[in-house]
Amino acid sequence: MTSLLQYIFLIPLLPLIGFLMNGLGRKIWSKPVSGIIGSATVLGAFLISLALFLQSPAEASERIQYAHLFQVKSLSVGITFQIDALTRLFLLIITGVGFLIHLYSTAYMKEEESHDFAKYFAYLNLFVFSMLILVLGGNLLLLFVGWEGVGLCSYLLIGFWFKNKNYTQAANKAFIMNRIGDLGFLLAMFWLIAKLGTLEYNQIFTEAALAKLSAFDITCITLLMFVGATGKSAQIPLFTWLPDAMAGPTPVSALIHAATMVTAGIYLIARSNALFTLAPHTLSVITWIGLATAFLAATIATRQNDIKKVLAYSTVSQLGFMFLAIGTGNYVAAVFHVMTHAFFKALMFLGSGSVIHAMGGEQDIRNMGGLHKHMKITGITFLIGCLAISGIPGLSGFFSKDEILASAFNYHPVVYALALGTALMTAFYMFRLYFVTFTGKFRGTHDQEHHLHESPISMTLPLMILAVLSVIGGFVGIPEALGGHHELAHYLGSVIPASHGHLSHETEYLLMGLSTGLVLVSIAFAWVRFKNYQSTPTPKGLPIILENKWYIDELYEMLIVRPIQWVAGFMQRIVEEKIIDGLVNGVGKSVQYGARQLRWLQSGQVGAYVLLMVIGMIALFFIQLFLK
Amino acid sequence: MGQYITFPDLLIWLPMLGGVLCFLIGSQRTAKDIAFLFSLIILGVSLSSLCYTDPVKHLTLNNVNYIWLKYIGANYYIGIDSLGRLLTLLTAISFPLILLGTRQSTVEKASSYYGLMMLTQAGLMGVFMALDALTFYFFWELALIPVYFLASRWGGERRIPATFKFFVYTFGGSLLMLIGILYVYMHTGPRSFEDGTIAFHSFSLASFHHATLSATEQTWLFGLFFLAFAIKMPIFPFHTWQPDAYDQSPTPVTMVMSALMVKMGLFGVFRWLLPVFPDAAIQWKQVAIALSVIGIVYGSWLAMKQDNLKKLIAYSSIAHIGLMSAALFSMKELAVQGVLVQMFNHGINIIGMWLVVDIIERKTGVKKMSELGGLANVAPKLTIMLVVIALANIALPLTNGFVGEFMLLAGLYQYHPIWAAIAGLGVIFSAVYTLKMIQLVFLGTAQERTHEAGDVNLAEWASMALILAMIFVFGVHPQPLIDLSGEAVKTLLTTTR
Repeated sequence: MTSLLQYIFLIPLLPLIGFLMNGLGRKIWSKPVSGIIGSATVLGAFLISLALFLQSPAEASERIQYAHLFQVKSLSVGITFQIDALTRLFLLIITGVGFLIHLYSTAYMKEEESHDFAKYFAYLNLFVFSMLILVLGGNLLLLFVGWEGVGLCSYLLIGFWFKNKNYTQAANKAFIMNRIGDLGFLLAMFWLIAKLGTLEYNQIFTEAALAKLSAFDITCITLLMFVGATGKSAQIPLFTWLPDAMAGPTPVSALIHAATMVTAGIYLIARSNALFTLAPHTLSVITWIGLATAFLAATIATRQNDIKKVLAYSTVSQLGFMFLAIGTGNYVAAVFHVMTHAFFKALMFLGSGSVIHAMGGEQDIRNMGGLHKHMKITGITFLIGCLAISGIPGLSGFFSKDEILASAFNYHPVVYALALGTALMTAFYMFRLYFVTFTGKFRGTHDQEHHLHESPISMTLPLMILAVLSVIGGFVGIPEALGGHHELAHYLGSVIPASHGHLSHETEYLLMGLSTGLVLVSIAFAWVRFKNYQSTPTPKGLPIILENKWYIDELYEMLIVRPIQWVAGFMQRIVEEKIIDGLVNGVGKSVQYGARQLRWLQSGQVGAYVLLMVIGMIALFFIQLFLK
Repeated sequence: MGQYITFPDLLIWLPMLGGVLCFLIGSQRTAKDIAFLFSLIILGVSLSSLCYTDPVKHLTLNNVNYIWLKYIGANYYIGIDSLGRLLTLLTAISFPLILLGTRQSTVEKASSYYGLMMLTQAGLMGVFMALDALTFYFFWELALIPVYFLASRWGGERRIPATFKFFVYTFGGSLLMLIGILYVYMHTGPRSFEDGTIAFHSFSLASFHHATLSATEQTWLFGLFFLAFAIKMPIFPFHTWQPDAYDQSPTPVTMVMSALMVKMGLFGVFRWLLPVFPDAAIQWKQVAIALSVIGIVYGSWLAMKQDNLKKLIAYSSIAHIGLMSAALFSMKELAVQGVLVQMFNHGINIIGMWLVVDIIERKTGVKKMSELGGLANVAPKLTIMLVVIALANIALPLTNGFVGEFMLLAGLYQYHPIWAAIAGLGVIFSAVYTLKMIQLVFLGTAQERTHEAGDVNLAEWASMALILAMIFVFGVHPQPLIDLSGEAVKTLLTTTR
C-alpha cells in the first residue's frame, strides 16, 4: 500500500510524457508509434490506478504533498494529491474508459496525416493528464488547474479540424461558455480564501472551518461553485456549447463530452459535499436547474436527426439527472450515475463513430437505416447501450437511474413526475435513434451502401468491453430493496456520508415497476413509429421549435451577444473616439490657440520686452502692497 | 563608497556605453551586433546581481550614493532593492529578447536607432533604481526622450501625430510630477553631508517619506503624481495615446513601451505615490481602483472591436494593466504580491505577443485580422507559439499568467468582492478577443496572402523558445519571482500603514 503510494505521481505523469513525446515528436513518429505512445501511457496509468484501487481499503485517504505551487504570507497552495475513495473511483473511470477510447482512436483517426495523428494523441493525452490532476488534486486550486486544462483540451479537440470555420466557432463557444462558469468558480475560491485563508480540502471541509462560515457565506460559495459546474457540465443556462462541441472527432465526444470532462462539475460538488449539505437553498437551485436541464434537453433530443446531436442532448439530459440527484442530497447516486453513464454513453458515442466511419462521414440518421445487418457488433452493442440508458432492469442504467428517481420521489412528487417524464423521453429518443439507424431499409446512396462494413477489431473491442460494463456496471449499486448491499455507497462512505430519508421497500418496488412499465411502453411506441422509418413529414408547431432547440442559441444571440457587441461598438465610436479623444484633442487645440494668442509677447522687439517688464514690476508692486 | 564597481553602476553605464558605441559605429550590422552583445552582458550582470541580495552584507555592492548638487540636497543615489531587482531583471531580460527576435528587420540609420535603444535601457534601469527624487526624475525623462525619437523617426505612416500625442501626454504628466516633486521637496527636512554642509531640504526618498504635508497638500500632490503615473501605465481615461503609439511605433519600440515603460507607471505608484502620500492614498484609492477596473472592462470591450492586430493587443494591454493597477491600489498583501509577479510575466508575454505580430506583418504585409487567416496551415511553429502566449495572456493555469492573476484577483476580492467580480469579467472577455484573434489569423483555410508566408527563422525561434520556456517555468514554479519580490511587498505595506 505505502509502496504503491510512492508511484502515484506516475498516474498523471505517464499521460504527460505521452503528450510531450507525441507533441514534440509529431514529425518523427509514424502513426502506429504515435498511437502506441498515446495508448500505452494511459494503459500504464490505468494499471496503476487499478492496483491502487484493489490494494486500498475503502476508507483509506492519503495526502501527499510534493511541493508548493506558491507560498506567500496570507496564502499557501501546495502541489498536493489527495487519494481517497472518490478519487480512486474517478481514476479508474478516467484511465479505463480513456484507454479504450485511445485504442479506438488508433483506427478511427487512421486517415489523418501522420503529424495530425500525433497531434491528436498529444491533445488526448494532455486531456487525460488534466483530468487526472483535477481528481487527484488535494486543494481547490489544483482542481482548478485540471479544470482549465480539460477546458483547453476540449477547445483544441473541438477545433481539431481547424479549417472548418463552424468547428472553430464551436470551439470558441465551448471555451467562452466554460470561462463564464470559471469566473463563478474563481469567485468561490476567493471567498474561501478571504474567510479561511486556505484552499486545501483537509482544511476547508472540516467542522472547525465550516463553523467559521456564516450561512450566507456557505450559500454564496456553493452557488458560485455551482455556476462553475453549470459551465463545465453543460447545465442551464450554459449548456448550449455541448451540442456544438460535437464538431470534434467522435472519440473525443465519447471521452471528453460524455464520459469524463463534463462530469467534472459533479466531481466538484461531490468533493465539496460537506459545504453543499449545509446550503439547502443552493441544493434547491441545483435540483430545479438539473431537472429543467434534463427535461429541456430530452425534449430537444426527440427531434434531432444528427446521430451525434441526439447523443449530445442525451448527455446534457443525463447530466441534469446527476445534478438532480445532488440537489436531492443523494451525492452517491450522482457519482453512481457518472460511472454507469460513462460506460453506456461512451459506448454509444463510439458506436456512432463506428456508424459514421462505415457511412463515410455521414451523420444524418435519415440517410441511414438497416445498418444492423451490415455491422452486427456495432448494432448489438449500441442496442445494449440504449437498453442501459433507458433503465431496463438488470442493466447498469437501471440501478443508477432508479436511485435518482427514488430520491426525487422522496424530495417532491412534482420533481419525481418530471424526472419520470424525462426518463420516458430518454427511452423514446434513444430507441428512435436505434430503430431509425439500425432497422428498416437503407436510405443512403448506393455508394454508401456498397461501402458499409463492420469496423476493425481495435474499434469493436472497446465497444464490446463497454457493452459488458454497461450491463454489469450497475451491480456495485444494487439497492437493499433488491437484496443488494449498495457496495458503492459503502465504498464512498468515508468521503460522502450516506444520505438520509429512505423509502420503504414497498414504495421502491412500486416506483421501479412504474418506471419499468412506462419505459417499455415508450420503447414500444418508438418501435411502432420508427421500425420502418421512411421520411418525416414536414414538421409544424412544437416539433419545429424542438428541431430548432427552443431557439435558445438565437435567444442568447439576441439578448447577450448582440447587446455586448453593440455596447462595444458604442464605446469604440462614441466614448473612445468622440468623448475621450475629443477632449484630449480639444485640450491640444486650445493650447495651440492660446499659444498663437501669446505669440506677440515674444515679438523680438526690445521695446516691447521693456514695456512688459515695467508692467510686470508695477503689478508685483501692487500685489505686494495689497497682500501685506 | 565607490570602492567597488557596483551593480547599479554597471546597469546604468553599460547600456550608456553600448549606446555611445552604436552611435559612433556607422555600419548597420555592427551596431546591431554591438547592441545585442551589450544587452547580453547587461543580462549577465543583472543575473549575477541575484546572487548578492543580502541587504546588509552586500550593501555597498547594490548602492551608489554620490553627492550631486550639494546645496540643494540632491544626491545621485541609486540602489537595487527587492522591487528594483525584479524590474531591472525584467529590463535586462527584455532587451536581448527584443533584439534577438527582431534581428530580421532592417532599419535605416541603424547606428542611431540602436544607440537610442540602448539609451532607453539606461533610462529604464535608472528609473527602477533611483532612490532620490531628482535622480528619479532625471532618469524618468531619459527613458522617455529616446523613445520619442525612435517612434517619430522610424515609425509607421501616421507616426507624427501618434508620437506627438504620446509625447505631449506623457511629458505633460512628467511636468505635473516635477511640480509635485518640487513641492514635496520644499517640505522635507534638512540634509547633512559628510563634509558638514547642510542643505535646507533633501530629495532623498527617505526624507520624502517624512515630509510634513497637511492632508489637503497630500491630496492634490497625490493627484499630480497620480496623473503622471496614470498616463504612463496608462489607465482609463488617460489611455488614448497608447493604441496609436503602439500601432505606429516600430515593433521593438512598441515592445519596450508595452513591456517596460508601462511598468514605470506601476513602479511609480509602488515606490513613490503610495509610500509618500499614505493618507491621501487611503482617501483616493477607491477612485483609482474604480478607474482601473473600468479600464479592464473598457479595454477588453474595445479589444473585441478591433480588426487591427496591434490595436487589439494595445487595448488588451490596457485591460491587463488596469487589473494590476487596481490590485496595487487595494494594498492587500496577496494582491500586491500578485502585481509584482504579474508585472514580470506580463512583460515577457507581451514581448512574445508583439514578436508574433511583427513576424506576421513582415511576412504577409498586413496587420488586419480580416485580411489574414489560415496561417496555421503554413506556419505551424508560429501558431504554436502564439497559442501558448495567448493562453498565458488569458491566464491559463500552468502558464506564467495564472498565479499572478489569481493572486491579484484574490487580493482584490479581499479589498471588495464587487470590484473583484467586475475585474473578473476580464477573465471572460480576454478569452473572447484572444480566441477570436487565433481563429481569424491562424485557423481556417490559408488565404492567398498567407499562403506564401513561411515559418519562423532561427533567431525568431530562439527568442520565442526562451519566452515559451519562461512561460512554463514560471507557470509551474512561480515561487522564485515571489521570493525575489516578497521584500518589496513587506516594505510597501509597512510604509503605508
